[in-house]
Amino acid sequence: MTFLTIEHLEKSFGPTRVVKDFSLSVEKGEFVSFLGPSGCGKTTVLRMVAGFETPTSGTIRIDGKDVTHLRPNQRSIGMVFQAYALFPNLTVAENVAFGLKVKGVGGEERARRVQEMLQMIGLPDLGARYPFQLSGGQQQRVALARALAPRPQVLLLDEPLSALDAKIRVSLRAQIREIQRDLGITTIFVTHDQEEALSISDRVAVMYGGIAEQIGRPFEIYNRPATRFVAEFVGQLNRIEAAVLDPNAGRVRIGHQEVALSRPLPAGERVTLACRPEAVSLGAAPGRDLILPAEITEVDFLGAVIRVKAKAGLSTLSLDTFNRPDQPPPQPGDRVQVSLAPADLLVLEG
Amino acid sequence: MTVQDLSPRAPVAGPVPGSLPAPGPGRRFRPNLASPKVWSWIAFVLGLLYFFLPLIGMFEFSLRARRGEYSFDAYRNVLSDPQFVATFSYSVVMALCTIVLGVLIVAPTAFWVRLKLPWLRPYVEFVTLLPLVIPPIVIVFGYIRLYNTSSWLPMTGTAMGTNILLMFGYATLSLPYMYRAVDTGLRTIDVGTLTEAAQSLGAGWGTILGRIILPNVLVSILSGAFLTFAIVIGEYVLAALLNRPAFGPYMVWMGGNRAYEPAALAVIAFTITWACMGLIQLATRLSKHNRVERR
Ligand SMILES: Nc1ncnc2c1ncn2[C@@H]1O[C@H](COP(=O)(O)OP(=O)(O)OP(=O)(O)O)[C@@H](O)[C@H]1O
Ligand SMILES: [Mg+2]
Repeated sequence: MTFLTIEHLEKSFGPTRVVKDFSLSVEKGEFVSFLGPSGCGKTTVLRMVAGFETPTSGTIRIDGKDVTHLRPNQRSIGMVFQAYALFPNLTVAENVAFGLKVKGVGGEERARRVQEMLQMIGLPDLGARYPFQLSGGQQQRVALARALAPRPQVLLLDEPLSALDAKIRVSLRAQIREIQRDLGITTIFVTHDQEEALSISDRVAVMYGGIAEQIGRPFEIYNRPATRFVAEFVGQLNRIEAAVLDPNAGRVRIGHQEVALSRPLPAGERVTLACRPEAVSLGAAPGRDLILPAEITEVDFLGAVIRVKAKAGLSTLSLDTFNRPDQPPPQPGDRVQVSLAPADLLVLEG
Repeated sequence: MTVQDLSPRAPVAGPVPGSLPAPGPGRRFRPNLASPKVWSWIAFVLGLLYFFLPLIGMFEFSLRARRGEYSFDAYRNVLSDPQFVATFSYSVVMALCTIVLGVLIVAPTAFWVRLKLPWLRPYVEFVTLLPLVIPPIVIVFGYIRLYNTSSWLPMTGTAMGTNILLMFGYATLSLPYMYRAVDTGLRTIDVGTLTEAAQSLGAGWGTILGRIILPNVLVSILSGAFLTFAIVIGEYVLAALLNRPAFGPYMVWMGGNRAYEPAALAVIAFTITWACMGLIQLATRLSKHNRVERR
């Protein structure tokens, strides 16, 4: 059974429709990310779930109960903000206790629970500090503890990591995911960082222009993007121009080779195909029987991985190979063959 | 010759205008009339004299009640006058009531305007500035016309009613200062996000205002409160025309009937105002969480 249901959600600010027919079902305990460029409406959807914005139309249900028109303080949600938003006049412990106090949890039980929360976020000794005495990462962990202390039904996080520096961002996101798993709390996480979204989510909703372009597991989103936008927004993409020979049978010509894609193509003389860098191999590879002659134009030695750019016909392909200590890396100007599997080629429509 | 000549010479004759004085040897005080620093000191000293000379003169005069020697007789006379005690306590009580009323009106208004009606801010600001433009005499005549004994709400008919009217008048006079102080305080915190954070934790408006917003702007409210206090203690027009026994009219009456006591009274009033200023500073200093420095 789905726990959080969003149905045909719409939101307009004046004449502009900011969210368009957004539907999503989240299972209990699931971790869903909203991923998309700035201004695509991620925050607006999240704020409607929290109750800070009223939808123009559509419904939001939590655990079967229609909460669309409930005020924020009547919904059982925990929210973490990009700007931490700790109460500056309260200590860390008082911040965490705030929601419990409002709920009427008694003094002893409250103190126990605050300590438990501080333990959980790994800051058991900082209860007496004021927010201004904490680092950004510590503040955000306190904000998480504060949101979780009253045991909300749904946890909402709006770009909680984007004000932090890269190292802390990675470690804190792992910690958030671990805590989320332990508590089994249904979570929506907003981000515009695709690596973040792919690495910690059960499912990702890729948004663009107020529409959920695709909702799926990270593996699907990355490997089977449903729309051109998703394909281009998530991950790196090589483009290959091809001439269409038979649109119904999916036969195209790439360079001088005929390739059967075994799926129908849009009508037209030319089509843009795409593939991920890791779908392309340098030299022959088992299962990758489309082989193209190419010339290496650029080599980036990154350590474990070597990123190579190779020009095959009109298109430049990016591909990654692993470093091998016993072999010198390829050099620009080398004439090589690159291979890929026709099944890995995506058709970019529109 | 001077000591200065024994020390190594600085490479440049004086500090470059607008820059810090060069560090190291050769940095001695050397009056240099071309330097803007000297001019700013001169201006500062002139300002101090302009400000303090009359005060010093007044203080000196207030000590001359006894012929031929300095004494605190004038002060003794003032402080032992039962009228002084009565009017001063009356004004203090009025000031405290005015502060409470002002906070109750201003804090929720400023909060709500910042949170939900930001487009309304210029208009609200304009309204709060009106008491600076409209003379109190206009306000008090308006009050008397509207609330006289033969009107629909005869507030001037009883002492208590007039007191309440006077309190509203004081609250109006202090509105520009109170509103500005609270609004400035609200600017230093992220009102919108803090409110939403509290709401998501289940808090209603009362809790949000009482536990989050007010404590965070307490210092600003206090500075507004001390300004209000100073205004109410010295106010004359409203109290005189509403015929209430306040401190302002008492001061004026003194001024017309005694020689040395008015000067003493002025010094006392001035001390009270300065104590209020000091308290504003102290309140700012004492608030634990408002410090910008870390650890
Ligand atoms: N209160 C508002 N009034 C008018 N327009 C708004 C309001 N809030 C958001 N918008 C508009 O709605 C659109 C979506 O905004 P939203 O904040 O949801 O984007 P976002 O995906 O969260 O972007 P970001 O990654 O930059 O946070 C934007 O074009 C924004 O200008
Ligand atoms: Mg946003």
